[in-house]
Amino acid sequence: MAIFSVYVVNKAGGLIYQFDNYVPRAEAEKTFSYPLDLVLKIHDEKVVVSFGQRDGIRVGHALLSINGVDVNGKFTADGKEIIEYLKDSTNYPVSIRFGRARLSSNEKLMLASMFHSLFAIGSQLSPEVGSSGIEMLETDMFKLHCFQTLTGIKFIVLADPRQSGIDALLRKIYEIYSDFALKNPFYSLEMPIRCELFDQNLKGALEIAEKAGNFGPGS
Amino acid sequence: MSRQSNRTTDSKKMNSELFTLTYGALVTQLCKDYENDEEVNKQLDKMGYNIGVRLIEDFLARSSVGRCQDFRETADVIAKVAFKMYLGITPSVTNWSPAGDEFSLILESNPLVDFVELPDNHSTLVYSNLLCGVLRGALEMVQMAVDVKFAQDSLRGDNVTEIRMKFIKRIEENLPAGDE
Repeated sequence: MAIFSVYVVNKAGGLIYQFDNYVPRAEAEKTFSYPLDLVLKIHDEKVVVSFGQRDGIRVGHALLSINGVDVNGKFTADGKEIIEYLKDSTNYPVSIRFGRARLSSNEKLMLASMFHSLFAIGSQLSPEVGSSGIEMLETDMFKLHCFQTLTGIKFIVLADPRQSGIDALLRKIYEIYSDFALKNPFYSLEMPIRCELFDQNLKGALEIAEKAGNFGPGS
Repeated sequence: MSRQSNRTTDSKKMNSELFTLTYGALVTQLCKDYENDEEVNKQLDKMGYNIGVRLIEDFLARSSVGRCQDFRETADVIAKVAFKMYLGITPSVTNWSPAGDEFSLILESNPLVDFVELPDNHSTLVYSNLLCGVLRGALEMVQMAVDVKFAQDSLRGDNVTEIRMKFIKRIEENLPAGDE
């Protein structure tokens, strides 16, 4: 039972806060000798496995680090092209970590704006007038819950499908936003939220929600 | 609990006199800085506006009031829920215009002006103008453009304090999806 991420989207559809609460489990680090038996290709500025599955490394996994040093897109940390680096037998044996590529912050921004538009489409598609936008989106791996306030801010929580109490959590996040973001006079409205207290209290609320607690008057 | 707990409605009691003193210090400093009552009124309104746009989220988060369907409902919510929550007073809603787009809030008491007397050289100062800005800012965030001003002010010799609120229009730009 887990809460995976929290997104906060402002009135214009821009992402102003994002928090990931999950540890990607599908990562594998292995030592390889020349020649590499996996076929790699460049996709979306990342090096991904296009053919060859073994030992937990699947097709579509991205190359995350070489010899313990995180890579930078299709280049190593010192700026060498990864594909070229791995064609050179003198660089072997090499220890490579593969895993499901995490979303970059630009991708998250784009997805949040897209969700903002889809949310509006949800209310327009409705056969009845005055429908709300998308409130829940379900897949087999997670459920996305969305709460839009009367002022147009959206709070989005991605959680395990079996997790309950997300409605209360969304309202709690709204309270935390109205306290630690809005009451901070140095925070400007509609801008990215960079408030320590907001982060801390949000993490606390997620912990309470994961333990299936209720937000009673004392919390 | 290590973080400040302020979820219960009145667990953090503050001295209202400190509040009155703080507001008074604010107004007198503005008077010294601007030396012109009209300018001070404008600044108070602006400050109130900035407070209002933030206060509305706090109000909505804590009160779970839904969207008001018409201006009468708005008036009731403002008088009975919002004023009660933030100032501890419940003004009465009266003097509806025939078109239903203007009403008055009559405040018997005003926590901002406890112990305050306006001197003669500040006769055009609207001491509690912050409240007008707060109401204007808060309603603008829920897509209502309103005009708020003091029709009567007990500091300036009237019997009661009367805030006149006029509905101008619904703000159609940037409507949250799902409200038409």
